[in-house]
Amino acid sequence: MDFTLSKQHEMARQLFKEFAETEVKPLAQEVDEEERFPKETVEKMAKYGFMGIPVPKEYGGQGCDILTYAMCVEELSKVCGTTGVIVSAHTSLCIDPILTYGTEDQKKKYIPDLASGRKIGAFGLTEPGAGTDAQGQQTKAVLDGDEWVLNGSKCFITNGKEADVYIVIAVTGKIEKRGRMQKEISAFIVEKGTPGFSFGTKEKKMGIRGSSTYELIFTDCRIPKENLLGAKGKGFAIAMHTLDGGRIGIAAQALGIAEGALETTIAYVQERKQFGRAIGAFQNTQFQLADMATKVEAAKMLVYKAARKKDEYKSNPKISYSVEAAMAKLYAAEVAMEVTTKAVQLHGGYGYIREYDVERMMRDAKITEIYEGTSEVQRMVISANLLK
Amino acid sequence: MKIVVCIKQVPDTKGGVKFNPDGTLDRGAMLAIMNPDDKAGLEAALRLKDQFGAEVTVITMGLPKAADALREALAMGADKAILVTDRVLGGADTWATSTTLAGALRNLEYDLIITGRQAIDGDTAQVGPQIAEHLGIPVISYAQAIKVEGDKVVVERLYDDRYHVVEAQMPCLVTALSELNQPRYMTPGGIFDACAAEITTWGRADLKDVEDCNLGLKGSPTKIAKASDKVRKGAGEKIVPDSTEDAVAYVIGKFKEKHII
Repeated sequence: MDFTLSKQHEMARQLFKEFAETEVKPLAQEVDEEERFPKETVEKMAKYGFMGIPVPKEYGGQGCDILTYAMCVEELSKVCGTTGVIVSAHTSLCIDPILTYGTEDQKKKYIPDLASGRKIGAFGLTEPGAGTDAQGQQTKAVLDGDEWVLNGSKCFITNGKEADVYIVIAVTGKIEKRGRMQKEISAFIVEKGTPGFSFGTKEKKMGIRGSSTYELIFTDCRIPKENLLGAKGKGFAIAMHTLDGGRIGIAAQALGIAEGALETTIAYVQERKQFGRAIGAFQNTQFQLADMATKVEAAKMLVYKAARKKDEYKSNPKISYSVEAAMAKLYAAEVAMEVTTKAVQLHGGYGYIREYDVERMMRDAKITEIYEGTSEVQRMVISANLLK
Repeated sequence: MKIVVCIKQVPDTKGGVKFNPDGTLDRGAMLAIMNPDDKAGLEAALRLKDQFGAEVTVITMGLPKAADALREALAMGADKAILVTDRVLGGADTWATSTTLAGALRNLEYDLIITGRQAIDGDTAQVGPQIAEHLGIPVISYAQAIKVEGDKVVVERLYDDRYHVVEAQMPCLVTALSELNQPRYMTPGGIFDACAAEITTWGRADLKDVEDCNLGLKGSPTKIAKASDKVRKGAGEKIVPDSTEDAVAYVIGKFKEKHII
C-alpha cells in the first residue's frame, strides 16, 4: 500500500495552498462577519480552473481526478470553510449528476459553463418536511405538453441565490413498490431566471456564513421537457448517488477545517506565555495536540481513500464508494468538531473572540456533521452495508 | 514569435538562509522554488503568448530535480521545457553558466530571450547579460515593463529613482525584475499535463560552440571566499550643498574617505 502522493498531487496541493493563503485567507474573516458571498474569490477560482477540476477536458474541465478536487476543497477550507463548500456544492452536487446522468445534449449545454465557473451550480433536495427522509418530498413536477410544471419549495440550498443552474428533485407521481404505494421521484435541471422560480429569505447561519443559503420557491415554474435529468422515477437514486459524491467534498471540507484549526493552534501555543513559559511547553497542551494531529491524519486517510475509490468508480461503474464516502464524512466531520473545540479551548479566552480564526472554524465545523446527510445518516449507510 | 525563458530553481529564502558549516548553502534544508525574477520573466512571456500567440520554451541548467521548476513553468502555460544537466557542468559560476546556456540556446530559434535579473541564491545579475554577449545580441536589463512592437521590444529599464524607455531590435535578451508583474498560478489541469509532458534533457554533447575549459567548476574563474545572508542596502545619504563646488568637494572627500581615489 502506497501512501505517497504522486508528483501531480504534490504540485496541485502546493497550488491550492498558495492560492488559499494568498487569495482566500485575507477575506475569510470579512466574509464571515459580513455574511458576504466571496464573488471575487469565485471569479479567481474560475480563472484558474478550480470550478471544474474533475471534469473531462472535452467538457471544458481540468481533466483531473477526484483526489485533486478533494485536496482543493481541503486546502480552501483550511483557511475558509465558506469557500470550500462553494466549490464542493458546485462540483459534487450540480456538475457531477449532470456528468453522470445527463444526456449528451445536457452535458454540452451545461457543463462547459459550469466547469469554467462562468456559471455556478446548486442542488435542491431538502424541503421543510423532507431532509433525511427524502420520501417526504412535497415539491411536484407535472408534465404538461412539452413542459414540466414545478410547484413547491426547497430549503437550506447552498449557493442558493448565487447559482445559475440547479438540480431539483421533485415528485412526479406514485408507483407501487413491494406492494406499497410510494412517491415516484425524478430529477430536473432548472435555470435561474425561469418564470415561476424565485428565492425566499436568506438563512442566517451559525457558520459558513459567507455561503449563500436560500429557500428556492417554484410556483407554476415551467421548464422544458428535456430538462428531466436521468430517467423519470430515478430521482431518488440520482439524489442518493449524488450525495455519496458530495460527502467526499464535505469530508474534505471538514478535514480542511480541522487542519486549519490544528495549524493555527500549533502556532499559538508556541507564542502564548503563561507562568513564564509558552503554553506549548505544558504536557496537557502537548497531549491535546498529539490527539488532534492523530485524528486529523486518520481523517485524511479516510477522505483520500474515499476520493480514490470514486476515481476507481469512474473507470469501473460497478464499484461503489458509498460506504467509504459515508465513513470519511462521518469521521472527518466529528474530528473537525472535536479539533476545533479543542483549538478554542487551547486558545483560552482569545479563542472565544471573533478576531481569532479558531472561533470561526468551530462554528464552521458544526455544519459538516449535519449537511449532505447527518452523522446519524452516515451511520445508517455504514451499518446497512454491514448488515445486508 | 518564439520566446525562450531561462529559469533557475533556487532555495526559498523567505524563511532565512541556511548554511553548511563550510559556508556553502544548505540547499537540502530549504524548499526549492522557481527564482522570483525568472517567474516574472516567464509571466511576461506568457502574456506575450496570450497577446500574440507566441511559443514559449523554458530552459534551465541544474540537477535533475530542477525539472520540478520546468514542470511548474509548463503548468503555468509554457509550451516546451529543456533541462540542461550533466556532471561536467556542476559547480558552474556565472561565466560557466552563461556559456552553457548560450551553448544550449544556439540550438534554438528565438526572437526574444527573457531571463530574471538575478537569482536570489547568488544575487549576481550577471548571467542574463553574459548570455547576450555570448550570442552577440542586444540586452536590456532590469525590465519593469516589456512590450513588443513589430520586430522591436520596448522596455522600461528601472533605475533607483527613474526608468528609461529602451528599444531593441529582436532577437534580443531582456532581464526581468520581479516587480514586472504578478505571475499567474498554475492550473490543476496544467499540472496534470505538465507531469505527463516530456522534458527534453540535454547534456554537454548537446551544447553548441562551447569549449570544455569554460564549463563547470573548472571553467569557473570565480572563487567563493565566503558566503553570507543578504545584507540590506542602506537608505543612502542625501545632502543639499550650497554650490556645485561644495557638492564636488563633498563627493571627492567621500571617495578619498573610502580609498576610491
